[in-house]
Amino acid sequence: MTEVWVTIAVLTVATALIRASGPVLLGGRELPPRMLDVIALLAPALLAALVVVETFSAPAGGELEVDARVLGVGAAGVVLARGGSALPAVAFAAVVTALARAIAGA
Amino acid sequence: MSVVSDPTFRDGVRAGIPYAVAAILLGISFGVLAEPVMGSVAPIVMSAALFAGSAQFAATAVLGAGGGAAAAILAGILLNARYGPMGIAIAPSLRGGRARRAAAGLAMIDFSWAAANRGGGRFDIAFMLGATLPSYPMWVVGTAIGVLAGDLIGDPEALGLDALFPAFFLALLVQGELRPGPPAVAAGLGAALALVLVPFVPAGIPIIAASAAALVGLWHRPEGGP
Repeated sequence: MTEVWVTIAVLTVATALIRASGPVLLGGRELPPRMLDVIALLAPALLAALVVVETFSAPAGGELEVDARVLGVGAAGVVLARGGSALPAVAFAAVVTALARAIAGA
Repeated sequence: MSVVSDPTFRDGVRAGIPYAVAAILLGISFGVLAEPVMGSVAPIVMSAALFAGSAQFAATAVLGAGGGAAAAILAGILLNARYGPMGIAIAPSLRGGRARRAAAGLAMIDFSWAAANRGGGRFDIAFMLGATLPSYPMWVVGTAIGVLAGDLIGDPEALGLDALFPAFFLALLVQGELRPGPPAVAAGLGAALALVLVPFVPAGIPIIAASAAALVGLWHRPEGGP
């Protein structure tokens, strides 16, 4: 149990330091325009990476895996491509993933 | 003027409600998975103190597999390292003293950070704070529900809950960020970099590495040519 509490305490402090470091050290300063051009593209780069990693990587990381999640996220993509809004698309992803697992497990 | 009376803060809260619905479901699945590893109090404390989904899942998986505290901490830190570049990104948009800027950094989650991106390297900080707000209590309450009702809920994967986060990030990407030109190039490059790296490096690194895709901004000429 000690290990659990040590993990929680150290991770909490480390995460707070990571989250606060940029704002505290660089906050309010004007950055050069070229750096702003780079910052503007961080959101699409990071979001796209989060999508593919959380869709195709095994839960513990370290390897690629194709399972029912791929169908679910793909289904959400179809809803979004047809102009659907976020919440129905996300709900559809969970339903399709659950159905695919139920069928595969049946 | 207090940030709470700022109209963009209220817009942020409104935009944050759908994500909070996903957060409570994800919180439930975290509680269900963490209770056998950590007991019933620690998962709730972890959600309240850390408020970082992927790092919590990763650290819990390491502890559950008997990997020990050091490995669990390392896994969590790697998954949260993306908040480093994210914090640098919001820094030019921040005003006020150090404590206030630190608080804005602590309130960053993937969703609110991306939704507050206004292009040109600017972020709407009041909107970001508002968009984070509904998710925090929902994440903690969801964890508590998962811990207490784990036996009734069963396997969160059978309910497809692990598809919620990637689907939500896809929605953010498609509806907010995937404009033609450099943003689409950065997204494609970031996805490819991350995917290629997954089999070779620990979890978390592929996401940080993908931030290098934003460097295509250096080649970009906004006014249409040199």
